[in-house]
Amino acid sequence: MSLLIKNAIIVSFKNISKEKQDILIEKGLIKKIGTSIKEKAAKTIDAKGKIVMPGFIDLHSHLREPGREDKETIETGSLAAAKGGFTTIMCMANTNPVIDNCMIVESIIKEAKRVGLVNVIPVGAITRGLNSEELTDMVELKSAGCLALSDDGRSVLNSNLMRLALQYSSMAEILLIEHCEDDFLSSGGMMNEGYNSTLLGIKPDPGVSETVILARDIELVNYTKTKIHFAHISLKRSTELIKNAKKSGINVTAEACPHHFTLTDDAVKSFDTSTKVKPPLRSKEDVDAIKQALSDGTIDCISTDHAPHSKEDKEADFDNAPFGMIGFETALGLAIKELVDAKVIALPKLVELMSKNPAGIIGLKNKGDIKEGMDADIVIVDDKKDWEFKKEDIASKSKNSPFIGMMLKGEVQTTICAGKITYQK
Amino acid sequence: MSEWIKHDLLDLQNLSKEEIELILETAKSFKEVSSRDVKKVPALRGKTVVMLFFENSTRTRMSFELAAKRLSADTINIAISSSSLSKGETILDTARNIEAMNVDAIIVRHPTAGVPKILSENLGPSIINAGDGCRSHPTQALLDMFTIKEKLGKIEGLEVGIVGDIAHSRVARSNICGLNKLGAKVTVCGPATLIPSDIEKLGVKVSHDVDEIIKNSDVIMLLRIQKERQEDKFLPSIREYAKVFGINKNRLKNAKKDLLIMHPGPTNRGVELSAEVADGEYSVILDQVTNGVAVRMAILYLLLGTKEIKTEEVS
Repeated sequence: MSLLIKNAIIVSFKNISKEKQDILIEKGLIKKIGTSIKEKAAKTIDAKGKIVMPGFIDLHSHLREPGREDKETIETGSLAAAKGGFTTIMCMANTNPVIDNCMIVESIIKEAKRVGLVNVIPVGAITRGLNSEELTDMVELKSAGCLALSDDGRSVLNSNLMRLALQYSSMAEILLIEHCEDDFLSSGGMMNEGYNSTLLGIKPDPGVSETVILARDIELVNYTKTKIHFAHISLKRSTELIKNAKKSGINVTAEACPHHFTLTDDAVKSFDTSTKVKPPLRSKEDVDAIKQALSDGTIDCISTDHAPHSKEDKEADFDNAPFGMIGFETALGLAIKELVDAKVIALPKLVELMSKNPAGIIGLKNKGDIKEGMDADIVIVDDKKDWEFKKEDIASKSKNSPFIGMMLKGEVQTTICAGKITYQK
Repeated sequence: MSEWIKHDLLDLQNLSKEEIELILETAKSFKEVSSRDVKKVPALRGKTVVMLFFENSTRTRMSFELAAKRLSADTINIAISSSSLSKGETILDTARNIEAMNVDAIIVRHPTAGVPKILSENLGPSIINAGDGCRSHPTQALLDMFTIKEKLGKIEGLEVGIVGDIAHSRVARSNICGLNKLGAKVTVCGPATLIPSDIEKLGVKVSHDVDEIIKNSDVIMLLRIQKERQEDKFLPSIREYAKVFGINKNRLKNAKKDLLIMHPGPTNRGVELSAEVADGEYSVILDQVTNGVAVRMAILYLLLGTKEIKTEEVS
């Protein structure tokens, strides 16, 4: 089926098109871009007054299937992702059973294809069963379709095992993603250590639990001459360590989540368990540093860490509620409001953070830009639209979000994945 | 005197200085009730008060129960082991069930901070916080302030030292808040590993020198050192704690003449204080227990009592 987008103001990582363009899509690819395309298409979309961006790519999400289908399924997660403008998402390995063998990888990909709304790329585990004891069969995981490996939810605490994982994954040409947290230091902490944890009497997780693992990994990557991607960076100090590592030519990349550049640990004062997240919400100083790091290239991309949890689980008391919040449907609205509108970055930089760089980090050569011959993964956005994030509008199966009731800016109008309309407002 | 309008008692942050003073003033008249032969007034006749305790407690629970009974309220105790929470109900489920039986107040103690606040936002009955995690224990702080005022005649301008495991103490947090509001100057003292981050921003000084605290204080509040803190590695040993921070008679040589030694109980004799000190001239530990009933009567009365017949019922 062919599709023609008319009057598109195309925002790429380089620039915003000066003239309105038409984009002709055929067989899942961008066939032609021009000022006035005459060819007939089966369907035409008028993008007048909107901006057209490459589909967003999320390196970090949790789809909960298999294991916790009461929280999310590949189908409901795909719906939420498409609604948020995502065309490719990676889902983390901490399912039950764990994504640590090719059978699970293949079954997730198969189900995602059946749903057919978003490219789902499973992230395999670094260690079998996430047990931090033995490495997974990385070459096999790669051939089954994984582009990255992570024990997300925990660090590979054993430094020698991490060294071996870096070397072996480098040979297998598969990216390692580290969740930086020294369990001994975080020690069951529920929120950022600081004035607010003291005031609220909630068990604190000191920021240094993130930075000691980050610093260790930078040293290991430097020593083994490999590379690594850091998940959900939340601290000013972490951005300093990453910046220095990059300056020294060490091959590291990093992501940050919308909640870490929009909320501080003041939000926990409500005792709303949807503010309980790992890494925890930090101080204003950290939030400002994350914004700065997104703008200056220290942090390479925005990921959601979409982490659905059921009402029952989140209705527990703060200590017993699980960590995490959903993120697909608020990522763009928060990024435009807090980064673009606040003049931290311009729109092309947002495309770099949400499409171009994540594609580059996992080696998707045909995604992350709108050019002839590339995959027709496209999102049409009304970047001027103020809208309220309402609970009843959430597509995800879970509703655990501290942003419910908040005004956001920039709304997805249409999402196109592989030439097919996957979401239409 | 200001009028009481609050529906819940969640913490002292939410109370004004005037409201705190109103509670302390009201407690004075209820203290007298407990000294009568017939220790009962009809103020809360027909009201139902549920004590929902998710943590062990002897004195707080008993104190609340006596307070409610002396006001003629009906009381029910629910302890964690006998509740259905272990069967997968959330706290809100349990509390909604209790609410559905038309109770007037729920006195809740829970190991997690914030539970009373969440209950108050979701339920109709008055919620009284009997201790939530490390966060808040407002009735303890109120009875402590009542005792100080009773013994020393004032709170404003007093030097108060709080000694012990500050990091895990809801008693410390509530007292810091209340004492600051009433104009006392608070210093917290304990091992560096048990002083929480940025506590100075709560308006206190930090010390690691008990002898300095003894010399300067009008009131010293000792906190219970839990044996688990040694297992959690916060302390090298209980023995070392007792040696460095424990208060004994010898150390009190430099104390002010009117010093009050307080403790929320239960005490670890030989750890945070010696038996001699616990039973000695400065100790007001049992007065605190007595006053606890009066203060809790005042709180129940202010929250649940019918205001129009207030004066005759109390007198």
